[in-house]
Amino acid sequence: MENIANIQGMTVLAVGIIFGLGALGTAIGFGILGGRFLEGAARQPELTPMLQTKMFIVAALVDAVAMIGIGFALFFTFANPFLAAVSGGAG
Amino acid sequence: MAAVEHAAEHAPSANEYILHHLTFLSNKQAKGIVDFSVINWDSVFFSVVLAILFGGSFYIAARKAKITSGVPRGFQAFVELLVEFIDNSVKETFHGTTKLIAPLALTIFAWVFLFNSMDLLPVDLLPAVAHKVGVEHLKVVPSTDVNVTFALSLTVFVLIIYYSIKMKGLGGFVSEFTMQPFSSSNPVVKVLLIPANLILEIVPFIARPISLSLRLFGNLFAGEMIFLLLALLTLSGFGQLASVGGWLGVIAHVLLGLVWAIFHILVITLQAFIFMVLTVIYLAMAHEHH
Repeated sequence: MENIANIQGMTVLAVGIIFGLGALGTAIGFGILGGRFLEGAARQPELTPMLQTKMFIVAALVDAVAMIGIGFALFFTFANPFLAAVSGGAG
Repeated sequence: MAAVEHAAEHAPSANEYILHHLTFLSNKQAKGIVDFSVINWDSVFFSVVLAILFGGSFYIAARKAKITSGVPRGFQAFVELLVEFIDNSVKETFHGTTKLIAPLALTIFAWVFLFNSMDLLPVDLLPAVAHKVGVEHLKVVPSTDVNVTFALSLTVFVLIIYYSIKMKGLGGFVSEFTMQPFSSSNPVVKVLLIPANLILEIVPFIARPISLSLRLFGNLFAGEMIFLLLALLTLSGFGQLASVGGWLGVIAHVLLGLVWAIFHILVITLQAFIFMVLTVIYLAMAHEHH
């Protein structure tokens, strides 16, 4: 019983850290990305459509690992494999 | 977007509801993380149905494009727009001569977009219909199944390896991993540098298909999860309309669901576009000589 509570507590902390650090990295990354895009668009407005397309491409790359982390974090929340290993599926 | 109570059963608890909606319709329980004998019938069914929908409608539009003259209208105009868009995107990145790339890009974009757009249907709509017919679980978004996204990205991975070997030869393919990024003219130093080159080249090489598939999976899984969590606001079904708190739940669900669905439209299109663009970029890199 104590083991299960311990694992659940640790999992909650892990999920929080995954979400938090992912959000931190993504926010800073998008901020820099958007800032550079605006700078480039201000310097050469005729390039804006091309730069916008490329910006979206890089945005998805910046997002990727954070999203993977969120996918795993949600998996840990709802179908915790560590819990399953300890208690044979009770959750 | 309102949650429907399970017919002839008690109203499920929040956890039960979410777990029920996260379970695939499979032939058996998976034993461990990797179990290749498990088939998720709902993912297979919706993938095939959407493929037939995409293939059939685009084939008909292509047929009409050959016959009609003058300005195209309606669905045919949309198809021609999309084909032109994909053509321009591919031409920007891919400078080889392989005829497979642009149709591949169109298929990937349209198919992944159709996968993702299944997420906009109300969470309980198709599962409730399936429940009436006796099907216990139904997950309608194929891209929330890791198997589906990995199937797409591993196919692209095989194509990358195939075109690398075809364009550069087996020797060129191996030298891409062993002679880069550290190179030297001295053969002894070359051999000594091989382990370092291997590590530096194999890690991104393996990371590409994995990130390609997990990016799509993570985005769509998170989107679906938020729809499910919003559905918890109206979990008690129509009985909720008796109380003020219930009404608040209904209004909150509708508004938040609307906002999230509108944002999700952007995510859907963007993820399909990204999958296509990265596929074309990787295949272009597989084609280029140094």
